[in-house]
Amino acid sequence: MENSILTSILFATIVAGTPLIIVALGQLIAEKAGVLNLGAEGMMSMGAIAGFAISFETGNIWLGVLAGMAAGALMSFLFAVVVLTLMGNQVATGLALSILGVGLSAFIGKPYESEILPTVEAIRIPLLADIPIIGEPLFAQQSLVYFSWALFAAIVWFLYRSRPGLVLRAVGESPSSAHSIGYPVIRIRYMATIFGGAMAGIGGAFLSVFYTPLWVEGMVAGRGWIAIALVVFATWRPFRVLVGAYLFGGVMVAQLFVQGSGLEINIPSQFLSSLPYLATIIVLVIISRDQNTVRLNAPVSLGQPYRPDA
Amino acid sequence: MTLTKIFNKLALTALLAAMTGTGMAADNVGFVYVSPIGDAGWTYQHDLGRLQLEKETGVTTSFVESVPEGPDAERVIREMAKRGDKVVFATSFGFMNYALKVSKTFRKTAFVHATGYKMGKNMGLVNARFYEGRYLTGVIAGEMTKSNVLGYVAAFPIPEVLQGINAFIQGARSVNPKAELRVIWVNSWFDPGKERQAALTLLSQEADVITHHTDSTAVVQAAEDQGKYAFGYHSDMSKYGPKAHLTATTHHWGDYYVKTVKEVQAGTWKPSSVWGGYAEGMIALAPLNKAIPADVQARIRDMEKQIAAGKLHPFAGPVVDQSGNTIVAAGQDMTDDQLNQMNYYLQGVVSKIPN
Repeated sequence: MENSILTSILFATIVAGTPLIIVALGQLIAEKAGVLNLGAEGMMSMGAIAGFAISFETGNIWLGVLAGMAAGALMSFLFAVVVLTLMGNQVATGLALSILGVGLSAFIGKPYESEILPTVEAIRIPLLADIPIIGEPLFAQQSLVYFSWALFAAIVWFLYRSRPGLVLRAVGESPSSAHSIGYPVIRIRYMATIFGGAMAGIGGAFLSVFYTPLWVEGMVAGRGWIAIALVVFATWRPFRVLVGAYLFGGVMVAQLFVQGSGLEINIPSQFLSSLPYLATIIVLVIISRDQNTVRLNAPVSLGQPYRPDA
Repeated sequence: MTLTKIFNKLALTALLAAMTGTGMAADNVGFVYVSPIGDAGWTYQHDLGRLQLEKETGVTTSFVESVPEGPDAERVIREMAKRGDKVVFATSFGFMNYALKVSKTFRKTAFVHATGYKMGKNMGLVNARFYEGRYLTGVIAGEMTKSNVLGYVAAFPIPEVLQGINAFIQGARSVNPKAELRVIWVNSWFDPGKERQAALTLLSQEADVITHHTDSTAVVQAAEDQGKYAFGYHSDMSKYGPKAHLTATTHHWGDYYVKTVKEVQAGTWKPSSVWGGYAEGMIALAPLNKAIPADVQARIRDMEKQIAAGKLHPFAGPVVDQSGNTIVAAGQDMTDDQLNQMNYYLQGVVSKIPN
């Protein structure tokens, strides 16, 4: 019994953390290139409705995930045109993108409000899934959960072990230096931004196709903002994003389990509901308290427009 | 959320401009909704009432959906009164003060506010006895549970929600004294992901029949996925979980709307406070799932009649709270005042109430 509760908590934690990881890692790449896109909530909403609609119409969830990715990418492309080509203010444009995405997805989603999708089956990895306690949570999950881990590994490798990753970081640190040695700053920023949008779209599609297989207006419910905050509190380091996302998911799930256990606890549920936010912020602030590491990892040109002078 | 509000406001302004442009034909009735109509839920049920009103009285109606419970609500209500709507129905708790304020300027317009507690010279109140349906779903839950653990996903600890929780356990315990109820507060009216997570949490901790007082269909869907039972709320949610959905407590505002508008047209309308339940046809159960044994179904049908006739009160004494205090003595029924001030759990709820 004890084991099965622990297993359920771990399982639910990983599921709850997955959309945050996918979206936050995408934003991490964009921010490492110096682009601050606050539109994650809007891009996720568009990804959610596109993913749901295409999955529903075609019966193929993978086309749905692709559509979600494309919708997020398209939204971020709009954003990129405004801030990178037209030199618009990144904060204001990002906020506008959020409003646009949330509203537009509600409009597009009207006809899909009464529809549901079948639940996506988990993929059990033989043998490994039978390990007690951690087997189920780690090795019997839906495919996008595995994708989030692959994404994490790929991003760590890309940022710290590959040459293009080095260039990307250089663009975020000092766009003028990168430009002066011949790197196409604007083009790299375009690619990073669109990658961020595509991941936000997949994160949205995860919500509407895998997590709660339905579409309702406002179903992203603030997760885009949490993802953006995670990147900052994790001081732009992928592993801390992973820790933060699972911590957030874990505390949320654990407080639900405490409430549902029927134990007599004298903690107001309002406080329990705010615990995930508190715990995540406190832990990430503590592990990131060293000013030097923060300075080392924060992209210097974040949020600043760059106009290459000829 | 504020961002959606801004977007809604933009849409709203455009809509208002469009509405004021149209000529004044037959009597018009305005409806103010707090959320999108959607396909199930609180506002959806009000909109069914609006459609019934149009069909039965021939008045024209107009509505504005997704109106935030803030100053925007006043603008929408004022606009409806200004253009000459005979009746304005404001269908969410947070519209109360705005509707009251506008009603003082437009004395010839009839205002009706749902679920509030303030009346005015030309503003009436309407609410439904949701707990009557909750009691019956509790009875079904008590019969259907095998683990004797029931689950409830709830939004905020206000009297209306507590009435539902307590009626549910009263019903369950009336047939199954061993039943216990666990409540999870998600502190949000609407977050499908969190509602689903709470439902899965309850189901993984022995609960085998669950229900919810939040706005999405995620809880019913979660029960379907896990092969357990659930009750819908507001609307029939059976299509979200054909096997899991035992029934749902549904709200019906149409008859009241028709009656109010006819009275206004006849000039006999006076503001009143209506708290309607089975007797007024404002509460009903969605079709019962075939999984419910026939004898239980028959008993439920019989209890529905008794509630409608006033012979069965969900909070008939003895009503005992969690810490053993008798709230209502045997032989008495809970009064409406007591219902409106409910801030405790009854015996059988094992969670602690948030304070």
